[in-house]
Amino acid sequence: MQKRHIVPIVYILFLLLPIYWLVAMSFKTTNEILSGFSLFPQTFTLENYAVIFTDPSWYWGYINSILYVSINTVISIAVALPAAYAFSRYRFLGDKTLFFWLLTNRMAPAAVFALPFFQLYSAVGLFDTHWAVALAHCLFNIPLAVWILEGFMGGVPKELDETAFVDGYSFPRFFISIFIPTIKAGVGVAAFFCFMFSWVELLLAKTLTAVAAKPIAATMTKTASSAGYELGLLAAAGTLTIIPGAIVIYFVRNYIAKGFAMGRV
Amino acid sequence: MKKHNQKAWLFVLPVLILVAFNALIPMMTVVNYSVQETFGDNLFFWEGLGWFEKLLRSDRFHDALGRQFLFTGLILIIEIPLGIAIALSMPRKGFWVPVCLVTMALPMLIPWNVVGAMWNIFTLPDIGLLGYFMNHTLGINYDMTQDPLAAWITIITMDVWHWTSLVVLLAYAGLVSIPDAYYQAAKIDGASNWAVFRYIQIPKMKNVLTIAILLRFMDSFNIYTEPFVLTGGGPGNSTTLLSIDLVKIALGQFDLGPAAAMSLIYFAITLLVSWLFYTLMTKDDLN
Repeated sequence: MQKRHIVPIVYILFLLLPIYWLVAMSFKTTNEILSGFSLFPQTFTLENYAVIFTDPSWYWGYINSILYVSINTVISIAVALPAAYAFSRYRFLGDKTLFFWLLTNRMAPAAVFALPFFQLYSAVGLFDTHWAVALAHCLFNIPLAVWILEGFMGGVPKELDETAFVDGYSFPRFFISIFIPTIKAGVGVAAFFCFMFSWVELLLAKTLTAVAAKPIAATMTKTASSAGYELGLLAAAGTLTIIPGAIVIYFVRNYIAKGFAMGRV
Repeated sequence: MKKHNQKAWLFVLPVLILVAFNALIPMMTVVNYSVQETFGDNLFFWEGLGWFEKLLRSDRFHDALGRQFLFTGLILIIEIPLGIAIALSMPRKGFWVPVCLVTMALPMLIPWNVVGAMWNIFTLPDIGLLGYFMNHTLGINYDMTQDPLAAWITIITMDVWHWTSLVVLLAYAGLVSIPDAYYQAAKIDGASNWAVFRYIQIPKMKNVLTIAILLRFMDSFNIYTEPFVLTGGGPGNSTTLLSIDLVKIALGQFDLGPAAAMSLIYFAITLLVSWLFYTLMTKDDLN
């Protein structure tokens, strides 16, 4: 081991400390948490997790979140693929302006849009559905997906397209059976970022739902205020929100760094 | 050379429709509110640019804006150099690379209110790990619900914890894309570590660093959930950043006109500063 490796090791320890504290708390009873400081759980309990896995108002929070995040990821990638192809292969009227306008939507503070979004989705009758959150998150995920995919597509030589057309491939067949498999790493990276930003966002998800599609993050805030502070339960619910992201990141670990490096700007 | 083809618009159309639906209609609603006054019951009165004038002169807005710039400035000054330093000292190949990347990305995948709640229980003076360590082991009086300075240190530390990894991942991606030949040439010339950093690594990382600075600027400038859950804007108003103040006005007091005017000014500032960063950092490429 070299001396300079101390820097990432210290950094990773710093990252893991608050996570450790959350996980440790999730195995404590709320009484033990409130009665004083203990570095490790004294009376190890799975009670908090049992509550979450048996109470529908808790576990439906996870199902709701996973549902709208998945719908959002599928929509974002599906519409971003042809758009990114257009930006990477053709020049057309207003292309640069359009690209920059797309990116500006990444800059809009969610707080600005919370109330108008509520009115818009109530007006079209989608309020409190998974579709409302999935469509609303498209605002910042589609621009990001276009940005990342365009970067990956730029790395594919145009000769690939031309050869396929000379060989008699129709455009849809070429796009689906040749082009998409060529950039599958890019699709993975874009899907990862869409998943991530939709999973962690709360303000819009909370504004657009009431009961039927309530995300887990909103379930947590409400339980915390109504039942006093159920810290153990809160910690267990928090710990469980880390798991889906951790699984997804494991699958794309070799691509994430590449994703942005190949992007444009 | 790219081919001119106006049919490409058809490919962009679905994206355009979806994003426009989400961006233009709410934006028009905001503009509509910003020029009107309401007393409830769906009664609206024309207010012209009154809200904008009042807002631009109000101390409350100036204070929140000042706190927001201080926060974002500190975040960029800390996270960008720290991220580069960590990326430089990470291993380049082998078993530890994916381990580092996965653990470093972990904080970014936690829902934002969980991040806030997690730092809250981490810093509680008597039962949180950090709070207990500071108060009882080091004997430093540390309680972020009482002391504005402690609250500031806590939200900055939380954001460094949450987002430095994004800078690390991007800078690292830039570093691994440098061919070995560059380093060998530098070695033959007897270049110092500093020279390698200044003339090889920094220029090669420039593109990804531009993305890192832009993303960190936009996201820290728009931050809401984490500080809201952690401090609620307090103690007093000491950590009331722009978004927190905006939500207070819009949803707490239901003052739609002033909130809408504030939203537009807020968005305009974000756009302007992003554009400035973008032009400054890419101007060498244009010349």
